[in-house]
Amino acid sequence: MSRWSDSEKLYASPWVGPQRHYDILKEATIAFLVVLVLTFVLAITFSSPDMPPVTVQAWAKAQPAGFVDIAISELNRTSNSATYGPPYNNSDNPATDGIQTLGPVSIQKILGVKYSLNTAQDFVLKPLSTLPGDPALSAAIAEFEQAPTSVQDHWASVYQAKLSKEPLSSSNVPAAVPGAGPVPELMTKLLSMAQSGGLDAQLLTSSSFYTTNYTRPLMMIGDSWKAQGTASYWGKIVGSQHLSGGQWGVMNETGSWPGQPWLWLYTMLYQVPPMSVSANGDVEVAAIMAVLSIALLFVPVIPGVRRIPEKLPLHRLIWKRYYRDQEVTESA
Amino acid sequence: MPTTVAAIVNLNHPDHYISWGFILISVANLIVIAILIALFIIAIALPFVAGRPIKSNSVKQVAPETPGERPDGWTASVREWGLRFLPPGKLLPDGQPSYVSSWVYVFGVLTIGALAVAVLSGLVLAIEGPAWWHSSTYGVFVNSLHLWSVELFMGFMTVHLWAKFWMAAWRGKRGLTWVTGVLAFLVSIFEAFTGYLSQTNFDSQWIAFEAKDAFNSAGIGYFMNAMDFGQALMLHIVFVPVILLVIVGIHVLMVRVRGVVPPIDVKPEYLAVALQAATAEDGAVGRHSILANRKVGAAEGEEEVVK
Repeated sequence: MSRWSDSEKLYASPWVGPQRHYDILKEATIAFLVVLVLTFVLAITFSSPDMPPVTVQAWAKAQPAGFVDIAISELNRTSNSATYGPPYNNSDNPATDGIQTLGPVSIQKILGVKYSLNTAQDFVLKPLSTLPGDPALSAAIAEFEQAPTSVQDHWASVYQAKLSKEPLSSSNVPAAVPGAGPVPELMTKLLSMAQSGGLDAQLLTSSSFYTTNYTRPLMMIGDSWKAQGTASYWGKIVGSQHLSGGQWGVMNETGSWPGQPWLWLYTMLYQVPPMSVSANGDVEVAAIMAVLSIALLFVPVIPGVRRIPEKLPLHRLIWKRYYRDQEVTESA
Repeated sequence: MPTTVAAIVNLNHPDHYISWGFILISVANLIVIAILIALFIIAIALPFVAGRPIKSNSVKQVAPETPGERPDGWTASVREWGLRFLPPGKLLPDGQPSYVSSWVYVFGVLTIGALAVAVLSGLVLAIEGPAWWHSSTYGVFVNSLHLWSVELFMGFMTVHLWAKFWMAAWRGKRGLTWVTGVLAFLVSIFEAFTGYLSQTNFDSQWIAFEAKDAFNSAGIGYFMNAMDFGQALMLHIVFVPVILLVIVGIHVLMVRVRGVVPPIDVKPEYLAVALQAATAEDGAVGRHSILANRKVGAAEGEEEVVK
């Protein structure tokens, strides 16, 4: 028995009805030239957006207390990056980690850590240890590293309590806090390093001379968005440019340029319950989009869906000349 | 910032947003979507040009068989198979069925035209490197060409996709044509995404940071780190374009091999199968089609495959 239906065989059969002249190469050339001219007109008329990237330096200068607030959370491993889980680290706190599950399965957890990230070392202590000629700083680093974790956390919490009284944009970062151990020394030196631009460079440093990986600086800057939201330096820019998730930001662009409107459905799913309130929203939206994409691929074999064009006669408009214009159809 | 140097219309200011229930959309994105819908409606509503008849010797879809020994060997076999699968008359046709008569048909070739402009402008950007356009007025212009060619590419492809859905263009063993078209659409979205990551500006930072959560949650993040600019750039300028061009190439070839899908409820007498016995063997469509063509050609003294 044939796997093709009679109608499939019919539609697959070569056309032996009337023909009209066609020049495929001429058509392609004209199409290319039309698009080329149109592209030039659009480029000359509207140009393109280019908002400069945010640096740790700019952030630390604009919001010194806000920067130190995040640096402390990196040091005591409570930041979003520190508690994220795979692929950056192993989380020990399911309540705060970024591990998402789809039903009982977490692909994220199964695949595990790949880009190892220890925020205390990578964002604070290692960059500080590269600063030369500062015995007080070296002693502070050594004192912090040799202390038990419980003591480190206590120092950090004492400092955090003092710092929390300052607004994010304050430059009044405590340089001496009783009971905070070496943390004030570490924080003031890290702030100074960040404001000079040195931390941007150190966060990029890898084992080799060249690097193209911006994971560390982006994760640290991003921690401010996660912890301080729209009050953060980054969050203010994101909010004003309508780029956050709640603003359908995935399809938006800086300025007034069009962005990626083809992502409208993907972006919309983030606004619809239960995804909009789910801790597993990302993986749920990804799963729905995967199913829909596969469905689009296989429209030709999905019962009902593949018959929609026959039921809704839009095709009669597309082929109106064939259906209505007997003169053309019959006489060519 | 040289962003607005060459611009006649300054878009370098916060956009207006329209809020309707939970819908929130920028005016710029809304205009793009509205233009696409308008283009689709105009394309199917506007009368197409009348066209002109084909020449009597046009559209030779099969090479006439010559008497003598059949060539053998790998090379000859591949050549013979290629000629049977996609004869020159199908690859470079100078005639089309009369039902191919709507402006909506031009969006396929416009999509390819926009892809060509995107590739060419991308090649210029590649010569100078990823950071050049931030500091050069000429670079901003080339970047603008790249951006707008991509907007046109995605837009034309979307209208083309809508049209092909409403034509049920997968009919007549054209499933692979549909599948490669949808694959091209999906791969293009990923290509555009890696392009945004490769801009080395605020957009790249923010999109990379936000995308990482979606990628990590689905396991993709283990293989692709959105914050690794080098990886994103290489994907954008080498890996994904090669895949996209291969898919688009197969798609276009499948259109040529299978032909443009006939109208729904087409008159059977216009299709070669009606001239054949209903016992046509199931098998390779190329062979099936060519057999049909040959019969018609033979019936008409090899003058013209179709009248």
